[in-house]
Amino acid sequence: MTLSPMETAAAKTPAPLAKRIRGLSDRTIAWIFVAPTIFLLLAVNIFPLIWTIRLSFTNFRVNRPNNDVEWVGLRNYQRILSDPDVWNTMQATAHFLIWTITLQVLIGFALAFLINKKFKGNDMWTTIIVFPMMLSPAVVGNFWTFLYQPQIGLFNYVIAFFTGADPASFSMIGDVHLAPWAIVIADTWMWTPFVMLICLAGLRSIPDSIYEAAECDRASKWRQFWTITIPMALPFLMLAVLFRGIENFKMFDLVVQLTGGGPGNTTTLTSIDLKREAFEKWRTGYSSAYAVILFVTVFGLASIYVKALNKVKER
Amino acid sequence: MKKTLFTSAAAGAIVASGLASSAMADGHATDLTLCWAAWDPANSLIELSKDFEKQSGHTMNFEFVPWTSFADRMLNELNSGGQLCDLMIGDSQWIGGGAENGHYVKLNEFFDANGISMDDFLPATVTGYAEWPKNTPNYYALPAYADVVGWTYRKDWFERPELQKAFMEKHGRTLDVPASLEELRDIAAFFQGRDIDGTTVYGAAIYTERGSEGITMGVTNALYNYGFEYENPDKPYDLEGFVNSDGAVAGLELYKELYDTGTPPGSSNWYMGENIDAFRSGQVAMQMNFAFIWPGVEADENVGGGNSGYFPNPAGPTGQFAQLGGQGISVVAYSEKQDAALEYIQWFAQPEIQQRWWDLGGAPALRAVVEADDFAGSQPYAQAFLDSMAIVKDFWAEPAYADLLIAMQERMHNYVIAGEGTAKEALDGLVRDWTEVFEDEGKL
Repeated sequence: MTLSPMETAAAKTPAPLAKRIRGLSDRTIAWIFVAPTIFLLLAVNIFPLIWTIRLSFTNFRVNRPNNDVEWVGLRNYQRILSDPDVWNTMQATAHFLIWTITLQVLIGFALAFLINKKFKGNDMWTTIIVFPMMLSPAVVGNFWTFLYQPQIGLFNYVIAFFTGADPASFSMIGDVHLAPWAIVIADTWMWTPFVMLICLAGLRSIPDSIYEAAECDRASKWRQFWTITIPMALPFLMLAVLFRGIENFKMFDLVVQLTGGGPGNTTTLTSIDLKREAFEKWRTGYSSAYAVILFVTVFGLASIYVKALNKVKER
Repeated sequence: MKKTLFTSAAAGAIVASGLASSAMADGHATDLTLCWAAWDPANSLIELSKDFEKQSGHTMNFEFVPWTSFADRMLNELNSGGQLCDLMIGDSQWIGGGAENGHYVKLNEFFDANGISMDDFLPATVTGYAEWPKNTPNYYALPAYADVVGWTYRKDWFERPELQKAFMEKHGRTLDVPASLEELRDIAAFFQGRDIDGTTVYGAAIYTERGSEGITMGVTNALYNYGFEYENPDKPYDLEGFVNSDGAVAGLELYKELYDTGTPPGSSNWYMGENIDAFRSGQVAMQMNFAFIWPGVEADENVGGGNSGYFPNPAGPTGQFAQLGGQGISVVAYSEKQDAALEYIQWFAQPEIQQRWWDLGGAPALRAVVEADDFAGSQPYAQAFLDSMAIVKDFWAEPAYADLLIAMQERMHNYVIAGEGTAKEALDGLVRDWTEVFEDEGKL
């Protein structure tokens, strides 16, 4: 008789150990498997979160280890919420968030709709379209700074070609009015393919039989689009919005590489501002309060959104 | 000079043999790590340090971080009590925090025991890189790299007869090294958008960077010369009327005018690297930059070899000053290899090592080297370096320098680049920000 590898291993296990293992209940074994994960979660997520909340009520500064740490109550929260500069960064973040999501959903869905059609070279085009999202944000930020360069940048030349303006007459990342759009364009270029992929999954999940039934009922293509395609792809679209919303709320690398938060503070998003407070000004207590406010904001908005998403899915 | 060098060399040889024999005899050959910024002088230091390795038996490792993230990375290291660095060539503004927070070893006793005198170094570098509190004999570093903001210009363009003629017609004076910041502004505007050999060129590359310290290191060169003071000389931390004086407002307005009328389009976030690129690629007639770039410019096949000239920051109505750069070398208090690190400093302070430092492209602060008779003629930029080092002023070096710097970066960038508000409002805002920082620090 040939023994399986498991049986061989069992046979080789010393008797006392085998007895001990046999003696463990299912519940204990389950805990043994889950414990490392729980420990990691506590160490890496929960403990820092609790510690951050605690620090947010103090004047602690990590670069002044010799200073006394005072309990300041809600003062950090008051200062943040009454600081006009913080509200400016919130506005810049909202502008970035709203426009990137709007553009990415519209373009991403349109691309998915086109790619979903059967045509020659379909796979090749899909690969080409998803290429930008495979790049590092630092790389994308770097080469978009070249594209936006007034003297040699391709972007300026394309705009100049269509408008007749002098390419060197405007600077996308140096102008206070254009810079917020410069980061929107770069992020849209990079992440629209991600939205497209999610939408494509949604479109491909719609059974052909539904469209065939609609054809039998003589429903127009327009009618099919609004009554079948959009409602059935909506949960996927909402998922894409959720992912991009969370990602762009904490956007840092691409924007730092592109504009460094400037000119002035026009593209200083909350994450950039938070990093400056925490690791340049070293106001640890203040920045902890800032982080808690952002966490509560994202967590609250995401929770409401997920509930809405579940309702749409249940329909 | 020869006699001095001979004596120095002999003394150096004795110290060197002492270092070598002590390390070898004790069998304490150690791996030392020196932390600094990743830039050209760092490569020269690697070359220079081979001599120390040979003499001492220790091995040198280097941790170099690009300037834009240098402060983030290294201050994190110091604040966390990290042992990565045994020696730190930290920025001049870190000296206050390094001393007060116990990051750097105080070097007075070591200097006294080894005959190292701060009188032997350029006074501005001692005050800027080594002392805390300023102007007191408490030393936490040895001046390691003397640096200052200066200007580089396209000498070959300035000498062109057709440009000379056009400039004379427009301004009624010769196109030459500017004697004042206003003249510099005019020259930048003159070159702006001009066609030279079929290429559109621009006036000057100046510091405008937002993220670290760029625009502050640039704008101060205008502010100082128009009457800006960091504080009331008679009453520390008294800012009103000094930071935002009428002169300071005029200086800031001039810098903005220079940015608006004489800089390349898109140069809204430029610092050392971008300015070098713009100059080397023939985009600009002048560039503002720290003197460390001058050896590289001189060696460049396009703009070097006599095609470029160098001059100190031009004067303004109230004087001629330039922003100090450069760094001192400190022993990190958390290092377990402090003895070996001190050996390095002892070796580095020797005159012949400082001379070799200059020969390799470094910038020594030792007076025996920079005040030697043949120094000014040793390189085309040596005289400009000496003249610049004689007029330096530095930013705050308080432990809270980062807060002070960020506030200035924001205020200056918002006004100069983003065009928000007026120069007066920007400086008034800066007074408020700095006052708040000093109140938080308990200094007010």
